Amino acid sequence: MINLIYLTVALPLLGFLINGFFGNKIKNEKVIGAIGSGVIGLSFLIALGAFVETLQLPVEERKNIVNLFTWLDVAGIKINFAYQVDQLSLVMSLIVTGVGFIIHIYSIGYMHGDKSFWRFFAYLNLFIFAMMNLILGDNFVVLFLGWEGVGLCSYLLIGFWYDRKFEKSTTADAAKKAFIVNRIGDFGFLLGMFLIYLTFGSLNFNEVFSRASIYSNEFIFSLIALFLFIGATGKSAQIPLFVWLPDAMAGPTPVSALIHAATMVTAGVYMVARCSIIFASAPDIMMLVAVIGAFTAIFAASIGLVQNDIKKVLAYSTISQLGYMFLAMGVGAFSAGIFHVMTHAFFKALLFLGAGSIIHAMHEQQDIRFYGGLKKYMPATFKTFLIAALAISGIPPLSGFFSKDEILWYSFANGSIVLWIVGVVTSMMTAFYMFRLYFLTFEGKERFNLHKEPQQRGKKAEPEAVDTHHSTLPHESPKLMTIPLIVLAALSIVGGFIGIPAIFSGEHGNLFHNWLEPVFKNANNKLNYYGTHTHFEEILLMALSVIFAVSAILLARYIYLKKPSIADNIAGKFKGLYNVLWNKYYVDEIYDATVVNPIVKTSDKFLWRINDNKIIDGVVNGTASVIGLASGYFRKVQNGVAQFYAFIMIIGIAAALFWLILR
Amino acid sequence: MKIPIEYFLVLSAFMFVTGVVGVLTRRNAIVVFMCIELMLNSANLSLIAFSSYYGNSVGQLFVFFVMTVAAAEASIGLAIIIALFRNKMTLNIDEVNILKW
Repeated sequence: MINLIYLTVALPLLGFLINGFFGNKIKNEKVIGAIGSGVIGLSFLIALGAFVETLQLPVEERKNIVNLFTWLDVAGIKINFAYQVDQLSLVMSLIVTGVGFIIHIYSIGYMHGDKSFWRFFAYLNLFIFAMMNLILGDNFVVLFLGWEGVGLCSYLLIGFWYDRKFEKSTTADAAKKAFIVNRIGDFGFLLGMFLIYLTFGSLNFNEVFSRASIYSNEFIFSLIALFLFIGATGKSAQIPLFVWLPDAMAGPTPVSALIHAATMVTAGVYMVARCSIIFASAPDIMMLVAVIGAFTAIFAASIGLVQNDIKKVLAYSTISQLGYMFLAMGVGAFSAGIFHVMTHAFFKALLFLGAGSIIHAMHEQQDIRFYGGLKKYMPATFKTFLIAALAISGIPPLSGFFSKDEILWYSFANGSIVLWIVGVVTSMMTAFYMFRLYFLTFEGKERFNLHKEPQQRGKKAEPEAVDTHHSTLPHESPKLMTIPLIVLAALSIVGGFIGIPAIFSGEHGNLFHNWLEPVFKNANNKLNYYGTHTHFEEILLMALSVIFAVSAILLARYIYLKKPSIADNIAGKFKGLYNVLWNKYYVDEIYDATVVNPIVKTSDKFLWRINDNKIIDGVVNGTASVIGLASGYFRKVQNGVAQFYAFIMIIGIAAALFWLILR
Repeated sequence: MKIPIEYFLVLSAFMFVTGVVGVLTRRNAIVVFMCIELMLNSANLSLIAFSSYYGNSVGQLFVFFVMTVAAAEASIGLAIIIALFRNKMTLNIDEVNILKW
């Protein structure tokens, strides 16, 4: 099965080609959906087979390269189109194809009746194709191919409903924003790649990393790591390049679940983990990664506290959780970070799909102030959503508890107490906003049939109003959508058990950690973190974070279920703070003022009106008028008398002959 | 007695210059046309002369080609002259100067 790993990439491509070229002729949604999800299902099975086969190999032989063909061979640089099947890429492949398959199935139900049903599945398959290249590539160039490919698919899918309005503009603008912000990060990533080639003379992972472990110029390492990290901040929505992810919610909800929660946005984390040896050799940048991660986590979580759009809350939650993963990377807990990638893929995909189910039932209404009391109408969605909310809040023994707590523990043990405090506060905020969302949606009074506007709590008026025509009660989604929810809920419950910390699991230790250990061995040796902390401390911190999370949930229950007036009171008392949070710290406005507008103004006033209109057009038009003027004189030569032409010709021939003879 | 080649060449040059002067100075299109034929035939004369001088038949072969082309050219040229006359009612090529800017 390892040798067949290329099929996990080729099958989605095949699905894309079939649905992309013939989808509009097939028309039958069942056939299109079956092709679209079938290829991903097969990919998953192959990845699973490769995983089982690798599991049976001895530890030293668990890294296999599958070489397909030589891609580039010019001027001493040779790039093979090769896939690397090792512990890390297998974990990521299983997440991408597994969660991807579930989301594909869900999409058949969710996109039912859409006029571009086939286009949606074609794009989704193309995305999986690009993502698998990103994960499996055995060199930076194949990784970059996937890196750009997922960016393209993200763009296409955010703007999937290109004719719909989104907030103040259109979904097309949101797609453009995502693409352009990603480009800034990609530029950093490219610079990092160039510098790697310049320093190590290769772009192949194995060659680069083996040369990196004996190379010792810390400045060069810092520079490479910094550039790569800039790339990661773009793709994984970290400060300062996170602004595109909230806008990416303009896309259909399965897209938000697949691309903007479970898989694509974790590409940056994967890349940092893959290059762990480079990062481990640059301690300053490691610290920067940890700080940016922690800061992003708390920053995004605080915005999530006050948002009213269900998908917006989840988007900020995603940014915040990605911050956790970078915090893990920054403190050298690479396998903990990848573990969180996995559990987060389960419960965040589940949250988004649940949100999609709710949005469907509420007729495209996304404002949680118009929800309430949905649990009796949508039992399956309610139960699975509750499981996901508990998992993300870090309640044991759900998956989120294990991964989050491992990160918090390492941030304390390898980092500092400050990082731990930031992490714990973030996890409290996470529990709070998730249960605010939960209580406002599923519990309490039903607010969806009230046709009047809600109390204005924020400055911004909500554009969506309740659909006054629908009087039917909300209904549970079809089986095609609820079964994926149930599968993901099961995974969210049991997913954490493979990463039970060593102190609880006895002699086996942490299975997930042991599995990934060989990949990060060099980096861990270089980092040399062997803390002197006791098990007591670990258990104490764990208990503390659980207590904080539970109290945050109870607080949310008190505020939003028992005494809804409190929320308004608090918002009224801290109006300044509330407005800052509501307006997302004005980051978009600041970027508009400092980056976007100056570029637009310069383009308008200088590049267009002066450079283009005056200089470039001036040169072109000037050339034309000079030639025109000269022609005015020269054209008099053409007087129309044939004999005159003959005369000139004979003089010319005579002159040529003279020159030839007398030369 | 063999006539020296210079005689032929001088006669040929004379005919050619006559043709050139005729083309440049005469106003009647038919006369211009005849002058062009004169130039062609002067070239033919040179070819024959050299052919005989070197005892090589290639020159004679070329003359046949020139005569064939001249015949084709004559038919087209005369057709143009007829068309011209029908349009302009004149063969004075000074007056046919419409091909200018």
